[in-house]
Parts: sequence; structure tokens; C-alpha cells
Amino acid sequence: MSHRFIPLTSVEEKEMLQASGVERFEDLIQAIPQHLRLARPLDVPPAMSEMALSREVRRLAQKNKGLSELVSFLGMGWSKHFIPAAVDTIVSRSEFTTAYTPYQAEASQGSLQQIFEYQTMVAEIAGCEVSNASLYDGATALVEGLIMASACTKNRKGFALASSLNPRYREVAQTYSSSNGWTFHDVAWTSGEGALDRKAAEKVLTENVGKIAALVVQTPNTFGLLEDLEGLADLCKAAGAVLLVVSDPLSNLLVDPPGVFGADIVVGEMHALGVPTSLGGPALGYLATWKKHLRQMPGRVVGRTLDAEGKRAYCLTAQTREQHIRREKATSNICSNQGLMTVAASVYMALQGPKGLEEVAEQCATRLAYVRNGLAKAGIKPLFAGVPFQEQAFRLPAGSRARVEAACRTAGLLPGVWLSDLMPNVPTETILVCTSETHTKQDLDLLVSILSSAGGAA
Amino acid sequence: MSGSNVPEDLKYAPSHEWVRIDGDVATVGITDHAQHELGDIVFVELPEVGQKVEQGKGLAVIEAVKTVADVYAPADGEVVEVNAALADEAGSINADAYGSWIAKIKLSGPLSTELVDAAGYKAML
Amino acid sequence: MLHDDTGRTLFEKSHPGQRGTGEIEWDVPRGGIDSLIPAKFRRKKAPRLPELSEGEVVRHFTNLSSKNHHIDKGFYPLGSCTMKYNPKVHETLARLAGFASLHPLQPADTIQGALELMWRLEHMLAEISGMDAVSLQPAAGAHGELTALLVVRAYHLSRGEDRRKVLIPDSAHGTNPASAAIAGFECVTIKSAPDGRVDVEDLKSKLSSDVAAFMMTNPNTVGLFETRVEEICAACHSVGAQVYMDGANLNALVGITRPGDLGFDVMHFNLHKTFTTPHGGGGPGCGPIGVKSHLSAFLPSPRVENRDGKFTLAKPSTSIGPVHGAFGNFLIMVRAYAYILAMGPSGLAQVGRTAVLNANYLHQKIKAGMACKYDGPYMHEFVLDGSILKTMGLHTSDFAKRLMDFGVYAPTIYFPLIVPEAMMIEPTETESRETLDRFAEIFLEVLRECKDDPELVHTAPHNLPLKRVDDVKAAKDLVLTHPFD
Repeated sequence: MSHRFIPLTSVEEKEMLQASGVERFEDLIQAIPQHLRLARPLDVPPAMSEMALSREVRRLAQKNKGLSELVSFLGMGWSKHFIPAAVDTIVSRSEFTTAYTPYQAEASQGSLQQIFEYQTMVAEIAGCEVSNASLYDGATALVEGLIMASACTKNRKGFALASSLNPRYREVAQTYSSSNGWTFHDVAWTSGEGALDRKAAEKVLTENVGKIAALVVQTPNTFGLLEDLEGLADLCKAAGAVLLVVSDPLSNLLVDPPGVFGADIVVGEMHALGVPTSLGGPALGYLATWKKHLRQMPGRVVGRTLDAEGKRAYCLTAQTREQHIRREKATSNICSNQGLMTVAASVYMALQGPKGLEEVAEQCATRLAYVRNGLAKAGIKPLFAGVPFQEQAFRLPAGSRARVEAACRTAGLLPGVWLSDLMPNVPTETILVCTSETHTKQDLDLLVSILSSAGGAA
Repeated sequence: MSGSNVPEDLKYAPSHEWVRIDGDVATVGITDHAQHELGDIVFVELPEVGQKVEQGKGLAVIEAVKTVADVYAPADGEVVEVNAALADEAGSINADAYGSWIAKIKLSGPLSTELVDAAGYKAML
Repeated sequence: MLHDDTGRTLFEKSHPGQRGTGEIEWDVPRGGIDSLIPAKFRRKKAPRLPELSEGEVVRHFTNLSSKNHHIDKGFYPLGSCTMKYNPKVHETLARLAGFASLHPLQPADTIQGALELMWRLEHMLAEISGMDAVSLQPAAGAHGELTALLVVRAYHLSRGEDRRKVLIPDSAHGTNPASAAIAGFECVTIKSAPDGRVDVEDLKSKLSSDVAAFMMTNPNTVGLFETRVEEICAACHSVGAQVYMDGANLNALVGITRPGDLGFDVMHFNLHKTFTTPHGGGGPGCGPIGVKSHLSAFLPSPRVENRDGKFTLAKPSTSIGPVHGAFGNFLIMVRAYAYILAMGPSGLAQVGRTAVLNANYLHQKIKAGMACKYDGPYMHEFVLDGSILKTMGLHTSDFAKRLMDFGVYAPTIYFPLIVPEAMMIEPTETESRETLDRFAEIFLEVLRECKDDPELVHTAPHNLPLKRVDDVKAAKDLVLTHPFD
């Protein structure tokens, strides 16, 4: 009995068993004690034809209301963007999809060159010298950055973390912290601007001399506001720590990237450049740094070289950092990364070029400004004064949340992330609104209208 | 180097380090055989001057293209000098394994009893 | 030279002023970037991204892609990677807007289908593996290993024990010790016995109440089923240590036996191996973990719960917390779910069986030429010892390069470390007998060439887009980004 994915017929099976020198299949698995073998069929649904399984899976897809149906202003690290059709054309090619880790360089030049180009573009955007071949997502990229910072500072285990970090990223870092013996010192935000409190950062560094591996700052921060990175690298250097910045790559088309300010390690989420929101996965984590830190950098990296005839070639390099060689002393345990998603990002970035990306960023920021101006007319102000990029936290009047949610349900709209659900010390009724180039004027007007009227006096 | 050079005036560890003793200072490197097995060496992770080391424990790490090898200390002691030239030219170990020393240790304990002379090392190969 | 495009990057093809996308319409007032971002923040130097038309971009990547070997093109016997056929309907389904356009922070009532899919997949994987509970969050196998160890650690701590050691066989994949180190454990190596299996006496001698877990791969990395697995699990359990199974080789066991029934407490899956989700040139994978009930309280959060068909998310206080920013690689889960529906119990019953048969059949056909270090019969893969090549002045790497001249990918080489000049071959069940016969012919032909014309093999490959790549130069002179200057 064969299956459409299993070519072997029962006739061939008989012949192959004979050729293998056995009578029955069971002779091949004598190493498995009889009583340990499955004595019943697996209890999963009966095999389906492609038609039936497509129907079943579509049934599940239809039970979701995604961003193609709902107008969404959800952000906080993931945002909806328009992806040109050519991205999927390339990503769908089985030459990219059904290849694996490019260990044999001569038969993998497609993937290798693509990754090399991706590394280049990531380093350019981040303002650094080098990048790796990707990490799982923004949150785990932060964790890898923490591990790397520890390695760069001869195993220091303290971290000064801005409290305005993405709360979900912070949670993931927390998961890894106890087994690594990490201590997190919170660095508060300033009350007026929601910006990193530099005095608080200095205090952590000076009160924990020789113990802090990194100061970790996010820009734009979780209130959507740009952080001024000027001078932070020097502050860290004086304390023997590294500056680790979590940065939104799209913002770095408009704003000087962390590399310009001497950030040692730059990490974040890059899905916005060519990968759909996908319920958060597959996403695309990135890490950029400097050649001087290369030995501590996690992840794969592709380098350029020559072949035996002097032709330009690409191959995996600096592999002695990695798990297959260093084992327990590796810079990271990462093996497979987000692979195909780097193809999506490479194609997207190549299609857009610097002007296209800048324009997308400008569209995102302009639409946010439009919302902000609209809300201002209704007396709704941002939580903090500061410079936003594509998302911003707004303070709605007390008691308005229920009204807002009801109105949104009716209108088929997701107004944003209620920050107080995820972060302590944030007023309730604080909503993080994220706009993108995909929002029409109608979408924006609808949001402003709902927030304005539902937020008005009861 | 060809991989078969074994100078008479040095001591050797089964883990393929060579050791030269001058009073209470031991100079350590890796043998011609070791460099040949490793292939092109691209980086040496040197210890720090002042670092304490233990006999049989890691002193330095050598990175070749596809492998990594630990260099072990032949005795307890303190690192008093490292060959900083290796930072720029790690490959000099391949060219001249016995001229490219890695670190010098001021001994604070006896040498490993496993060290052998040139004849003993040749027999191991 | 203009006609030789080899390795020319996007940046070299770029021409200033060109762009592959059009200007987006403005339906709101455009104040300009300077009205949005103060001068002190403004980016001074634009990133040097390429400027190309859409057609040039498409042509560039299309040409790049043609330089890859891939499963759809030909045999890909990478041991331990389970390079089996990736069904195409999965690609269609994963792209449905009802999946791809979901935002991870959407309210649960707007993602009931996604939550249901994950819940169902968890249960299917639990059934296939004999485990009690599954978390889909880890994004790759190594991530799953690490997550599993964090769960084990939390379990021990909950019992007032801070166990610091993890035992790992010398034949283990490098991610095992790397994951253990990152999870804060000290790695202790367990020797392999002369038959290639875990040296159980060595294991027993190293077990103590300080051992948190023993990580083992089953079948192991030389393709052998660990026959004494029950004894191993019992020994570990007698000191309270947990037994972890690296599920990279699960394909061999599907439909034949189940890790949970063998005594394992925890394991990871590789959906991009056993469950056909595409390898993507190095990812994205998906590395769920399965646990027995005594560990389920510690699984990563959020957990999907099903109350009479209404799905919600819970955050148990005992959970280790999240290991991923969202739910893990959700669109990969969609593919694996579709695969299990396509296979059903009858199809799954053939997976392990055919994988094992194909491997043993292929081994029979080539064993006269090159032997394995350890005796079979094997499970889904076998590991050849290429030491005889040294007598001909060659290495396994040369042999692998020459194989590729015949339109197949090379097997995994130099792993596991316990086999010298190792070559690990895993055909998988999705290869036809004809493919196996053809590969055997190619293999024996290359072996003949090693004897008769070693120089040809030593300088291989000859028929690929490039000749032998200088990876020594790549390591010595690191060029990791396009040199603009």
C-alpha cells in the first residue's frame, strides 16, 4: 500500500527486503525489543486526500479574522506592511525552499550569495560592520545579544535593562536569566518624556562596578519614542560594559542607526521588511555588530572567497564559533535560523532600495502624525512627549476602554495594544497605536473617530 | 612544516604540546605533528599574563578552519608572557611550530609525569 | 569581465536612481520627513542598499537560485537532516490570509482557528511520540533542546534540587552540549561502546543526584536503535535524572515505536525534518518539545486551552515563561498539521518502515565498497567510515565533492565525531528504489575513481557552478559584507 509521498510499492518492498538479506521487515528492527513496538495504529485522523485536507485547513483559516479583514493598529514589534508580489515569487522557488544548510559551498552558491547580500544590507541599515545570517525573532535576538555581551565582557552577568523595552522581549529574556545566573537591573524612564533616565543608567553602572555586561536600550522604545543614544556608548565603555541596542530597522531609514552611536551590538525584529505578520512566526531576528566582536557573535555567517579557478565564491565561515565545532563552548547553540525569511527580506530590500524603504518609513510616520493630530483635536494626548516613529502610546480618558473595545468590535477594528496589560507602571487606558503605509485615510479617520468619541465624556 | 619534525632538546606531552624548561619557566607550543593535523591555523586564543593555570587544564585555544583544539598546561603555574605576534600571524605556527611558542609559564608545581623526550614522542606518533 | 556574472552582487548591479517599487499614493497630507523627525535624529548617510528595477531583482535571485542543489532537483542524502519531499499543498495553505495576516497580539477570539490548529497539532505530536503534552514554541531543534533543558531545570528546582550536570554521549550533535551550556549546565561526556551504542556502564558510573538529565539521540547518530533504552531510562530515573531524547532521528521511529513508550521524559521534534516542512536553505524550522505529565506544568507559556471548542491562552505560574516573542513559527506548524492529515495512521505507519528499509537497502548496495564502523542493521541512516580513502591520498571531503558532480548532494560528512572520515547517509522514505539504485551506482563509480584517478576526485567538483571553494582563505581573510570601498 503506497502513499503519494512514499514511492515504494509492495512489490518493490519485497524485492528490497530480499536484497537487504532479510525475510521480513521485522528482521531489520530486531534491535527494538518486541514489547516496545507499537501494537496499534496511531490515533490521528484518517489519511485525507489533498482536496479534503485543504478543506479542513481552510476551515481553520476561516475561523480567524486576520489583518486582511480587520483594520488593525496593533504593533509592538510586529506590523502589517505591503509586500510586493515579486517577494513571494522568489521565496516560493523550490531552489530556495527545498535546499538546506549550505555546507557544501559548490552546490549552494545561490543561498550563500543571498545570505551574504542579506548580511550586507542588515549591517548597512544598522550602521555596523557585520551581521549574522539571522536569528529566530526579535525577542530571541535580544537574548543572544545578552549572551554575546556577557562573552564580550569576560562573563559578566549583570545587565542594565531599560524598563521601556518591549515587554514580551523582556519576558523571554527573563526565561533565560535564571539558568544563566543573570541579574537584571531596571533603568526607569523619565516621567515627562518616557525616555531612558540617564542618571538611573549611570547609577546602575557605578553601583555595580565590574558586574554589568551591557546597558540595553530599545529605540523606538515600547512607547514608540526614539531614544537619544548620544553618549551612551562612552558611558558603557567607562564601565567596561557594552551598549546593546534593540532597534526597529525600518526606523533606521529615517533615523541614524545605533551603529553610528557606537552601539556594540544591535538586535531586533526585521519581519517588517518582506515577511507577513504570520501570528508572529516565522519572524526574522537580526544581530549586527563589529569585526572586533566577531568571535563572540552568535549565528552563521557567510564570507566571500575564491574557488580553485579564482572565481568569486561564497561559503560559511568563522565556523569555529559554532556548535558543530565548539560544542559546549560555542557562542550560541543556534543551528537552523530563519533561512528562507532572509530571502524574503533580501528581495524586499532589493526591490525597495534606499528610496523605497525611506518612503515606506515616511508613510508610516506620516500616518501616525495624522492620527496624533486627529486625536489632539479631541483632547487625547500621547502618554509622553517625545519623537515617535510609526507607533505611539496615547492616554485615553479613564473608563473609556470598554467603550472603545465595543465600538471597535462593531467596526471591525483593532485599535492597538493596551500597554497596561503588559507593563507595570503604565496607566490603564494607555493604548499603543501603530500605523503603516497600508492604512488608508478612511482607516485612520475611523480610528480617530472611535477613540475620540468613545474616549469622550460618558 | 611536514608534520614529522621532533627536535631532540624539547619535552613533549601526549596531547601534542612541546615544552622547553629554563629554570622555573616553561615555554609551551604545539608540535609539528599537531599543526599538520589541524591544518591552516587562523586564530589563537591566548591566555592573559598573570593568569593562573593548572596542570592538564586549558592554557590556550587554537582555531583551524574547521576544528578547534585546546592547548594544555604541562604544570601548575602563572602565565608570565604570551606570544603576541600570534595575534597577527596565527599561521606562523604552521610554518614553524617550534619557533612559534604560545605562552611562558612560571612554574609553581612539578611538571606532568606524562611528559616524554623526543624519542618517546616519536614512538607515540 | 562583464560576461562572467559569477558572484556579482546586487550592489554591483545597482544603478543610482533605479527602484523596483513604485511610489505609494498619498491620501493624507505629506509634511515631509523633516517635519516628523528632528534634525538631531535624522539619518545622515543613507544605507547603501541596491537600486534596481523589479525585473533586475527577479532575474538576480532567479539566477542565484539555479545555483542551489535542492530536494526538488535531486537526491539529498544528508544524514540526520531527513531531507524528504516537501508537499506543495502546504505552501498554498500556509499562505492563506487567514493564517499569514494574523498579528500575534490579536485577541484570542479573533484567532480561534489558529489556536485550534496549534492545540490539535500538539495533540497529534503527543500521540505520535507517546508524550503527554507538547509545546510548539521553540523555533528550531536547538531551541527545542534548550527549552527542554530549561523545563527540566525548573522541574528539579520545584523539588528543591539545583542539579548542575547534563550527561551527553560523545556521538551527540553539537547542539546538545551547546544547548546544555546555555541552559547553565556542566556537560559530562558519556563514551560510546564498541558497538556504537551508549556505553551503559559508563553512563551508570557517571549518574548521581547532581545529574539533571541524560540527553540521548535514538536512533543514535550512527543510525542504531539504542536497544538498552529501558535500562538506561531506569538507571537515570533511579537517581532522579530526566531522560531527554533528541528527536532529530524521529523519522526512523514513526509508526514503529514511540519515545514516550521507551521511557523518555522529554524530547524535541524537528518539524522541518520528520514532518516535511521545508528546509528553506537553513530555516525556518520548528522545534516543539514533548513531555511526560510530571513536566507539563513547566512548559513555555502561553498554553492553548480548549474549553468545549473555545480556545483560550493561559499563563500557568509554574511555566518557565516564553522562549519566543510570539507562539513560535506558526506558519510552519500549519504545514506540519497538513502533513499529518495527509498521512493518517496508515501513511504514518509506512514512514519509519520505509525509511528504515531504504537505508538498509542502500547500505547493502554499497557496503562492498566502503564499510560502516559499526554493524547494522541500521535504522533510517548509516555512517560510513571513509578511512580507506586516506590510503589513496584522499579524504571524505574529496569523495563528497565528487559525488556532487553526478547530480546528487553530498551526505553529511565528519559527523558524528566518533567515526573517522565519517559519511552519514539518510535516504528517507520519499525516495524511490530507482533513485537509491542510481545513487549506489554513483557511489561505487566514485570509489573506482578514487583508486584509478585520485587526482580527479581530489580536485572535484568539476560539474558544478564552481570548482572547490577555498574555505581556508574565507576563514583567514574574513570578508563578511560586500566591500563597497
